[in-house]
Amino acid sequence: MEFFKYTRPFNFMGKSKFAAVISIVLILASYALLATKGLNYGVDFAGGTIVQVKYDTTAPIDEMRKKLEGNEVFANASITEFGSPDEVVIRLKTTTGSVTTDIGDLTREALKGTGNYEVRRVDIVGPKVGNELREKGIMAMLLAIAGILIYVAFRFEWRFAVASIFALIHDVSIALGAVSLSGIDVNLDVLAALLTLLGYSLNDTIIVFDRIREGIETSKKTVLAEIINESVTRTLARTTLTSLTTFFVVLTLFLFGGEIIHPFAFTLLVGIIVGTYSSIFVASPVLMWFGFSVQNYHEKLAQKAKREAEKNRMREQFESGVM
Amino acid sequence: MKLNYRIVIFALAITFGVVFSIPSLLQTEGGKKITLGLDLQGGLHMLLGVKTEEATKSRIKSITASIKHFSERNDILIDGLTFDEGTIKFEVLDSDEIAKVQEYLKEIDGAVVSLNNQIISVSLSPEEIEKTKKLAIDQAIETIRNRLDQFGLSEPVVAKQGEEKILVELAGIKTQEEEQRARELISRAAKLELMAVDEDRAARVYNMSASDAAAYGDVILEDAKNPEVKYLVREIPILDGGMLTNANVGFDQNNRPVINFKLNAEGAEIFGDFTGKSVGKRLAIVLDGKVYSAPNINERIGGGSGQISGNYTVLEAKDLAIALRSGALLAPIYLMEKRSVGPSLGADSIKASLIALIGGFVLVIIFMVIYYRAAGVIANIALIANLFLLLAVMSLFGATLTLPGMAGIVLTVGMAVDANVIISERIRELIREGKSMHKAIEDGYANAMSAILDANITTLIASVVLYAYGTGAIKGFAITMSIGILASMLTAILGTHGIYQMLESKMMKSKNYKFWFGIKGQ
Repeated sequence: MEFFKYTRPFNFMGKSKFAAVISIVLILASYALLATKGLNYGVDFAGGTIVQVKYDTTAPIDEMRKKLEGNEVFANASITEFGSPDEVVIRLKTTTGSVTTDIGDLTREALKGTGNYEVRRVDIVGPKVGNELREKGIMAMLLAIAGILIYVAFRFEWRFAVASIFALIHDVSIALGAVSLSGIDVNLDVLAALLTLLGYSLNDTIIVFDRIREGIETSKKTVLAEIINESVTRTLARTTLTSLTTFFVVLTLFLFGGEIIHPFAFTLLVGIIVGTYSSIFVASPVLMWFGFSVQNYHEKLAQKAKREAEKNRMREQFESGVM
Repeated sequence: MKLNYRIVIFALAITFGVVFSIPSLLQTEGGKKITLGLDLQGGLHMLLGVKTEEATKSRIKSITASIKHFSERNDILIDGLTFDEGTIKFEVLDSDEIAKVQEYLKEIDGAVVSLNNQIISVSLSPEEIEKTKKLAIDQAIETIRNRLDQFGLSEPVVAKQGEEKILVELAGIKTQEEEQRARELISRAAKLELMAVDEDRAARVYNMSASDAAAYGDVILEDAKNPEVKYLVREIPILDGGMLTNANVGFDQNNRPVINFKLNAEGAEIFGDFTGKSVGKRLAIVLDGKVYSAPNINERIGGGSGQISGNYTVLEAKDLAIALRSGALLAPIYLMEKRSVGPSLGADSIKASLIALIGGFVLVIIFMVIYYRAAGVIANIALIANLFLLLAVMSLFGATLTLPGMAGIVLTVGMAVDANVIISERIRELIREGKSMHKAIEDGYANAMSAILDANITTLIASVVLYAYGTGAIKGFAITMSIGILASMLTAILGTHGIYQMLESKMMKSKNYKFWFGIKGQ
């Protein structure tokens, strides 16, 4: 089967202005969302307590609310359904520092008489730990970007690195916007998804860039836009196929992975779509706008080749004892 | 068919993968296995903090007790021996004895001694305070580990995290009762103190406030079983649990469980001295600030053994003995983070992620075969080999498989075919340009290589950062991702290339591009 058979290059760069408008609108919308609605930090980052309770039958949420209402420990607790009608999550902003009095035990005590249930999970994250996790998370993100930037700059050229960072920021911003819009709890797994997205989106971009570099080195064309069009078209099959296989897998994870993996799968799902789009429509135009010049690159390559040749000549002379 | 080095290495890798993943897959008795994370098998994860300032306080208290004992033993008259959070103060009545006292104080590590008109103040140097705090953390780790080892769980994890946090992970906790018991055992200070009851004023204890008591150098303590009952005891203990060498469960004449303890030589000496001159008075046995019993001293007790009685069950007495035996916590601990997962939730998580894994896997496999035909089959062989390798490496390292780790595997499946997609697309391109099958395959691999390497290395960089900065579950994700990427280099690049080389003569003869790479021939 062949979906994408290369016959002639599509004019991707001709549509780059249109794509730029879409991207800018999406990014601005994302930042507007982040500024107004913000992120819904879960216990991992905000600190607090989560108790997950599963009933034999449908959870009597109203009855549970009544039972917890009078209890000082559960003041301002929120009770929400979790994945299925028989499972609920109780969220508290507070935590206990005592090792012996456990919120799980207190919950079991408080919910007595509401039916057959089981306390399946108790997560308590103190505020200090939450802060630390958040700092570490941001640190990890920045370090990953820095590491990638250095690698790309070293392997390609600095403009490639800048362009890939643009694409990364683009993808992460929009993914964060989607996370904000959906209102899912931002926990460590969402952070993991964002970091995976970094790697994934970059994967896509780099494979396109690799082809562009190859095109610059081998193609007779000198107009960058044309080379980019040709390279992007040639990698289109791969870009779509890999995105498709990854998309399948993450979609099954999203559909069947259970409630706990939902935030992770959702973030990735958005990320894969945006990441695929950005490797075609964002990274390459940025490269163009930063004034990457094919001629200069050719000259640089020629000079490098000359230096190499000179070096080799010297070495040969030295080895044959002429010098 | 022709053997080549690539196919040999690939075959070895598959054999390695299958052999070493069998123990994990079949859960056999022997062999190294992947351990399931707490989120998958259920268990308790806690991050504990240590109130280190309490350690300094109790160090000061303990020094005070030894000064008292020293002066009594050497008949040095001192007066006004008091201590607060940072300093001990006392007056040496006979100025001739000051040098002797100073000599003794010099032997106390990190003590800063100053003298002012026969009043001696002792405090701890800043370095010593730091040292005491650090010791409190290290000792807490050691103590908790000892206690949990005796609790009967398999492989409890107790480790220092960061500068001053303690990570405790208990897998296989099945019930809330077990969890409760474990938590109590961990957090129990188990600080044993033997204190003298202030017999002169004991009768007035119910009319006294805490500050009244403090004015006499006493404290008011509650009875462990009945908080209504109060005792007035001397603030400076006779000795503390640091001198304890052993504690065991025994039974008294009424066959009720008691705890027998033994003291070291120094403790035995102090205990003997004290009981010798306090016949007729009461001795309060205080554990974690509560009085367990206050028996009358009938005679001098030598040999350094004693007994704590109280109304415990055998299990309580056993846990208490474990706590005493494994040493007191120099400073109380508090909870910073706790995650407990019930076994049923873990089982559900495994089920859900297995469905996702198998579902995604089957989809990818079918897709690859339809799209690339034989090349798809070959890529799928590489993908399966990749999974086995991943499991094998994780088993050998004894890595922990967490829920995010499962997600990592699922993702590896999606991305592992990437290399083969890139290669197959390159080969198709070359075939369309009219290159021979042999040339197309060799050049296809060569052309694809830099893109695959660059892409994989960047993902690897991100995974390594994740591993370095992530905690628990995220680390698990990073591990599976990294191993998956490395394994895919071996299987998807080297392995498939080897298979093509092996089948080359067949491919050359067939000339059927459609069958091999799913494209129409020219």
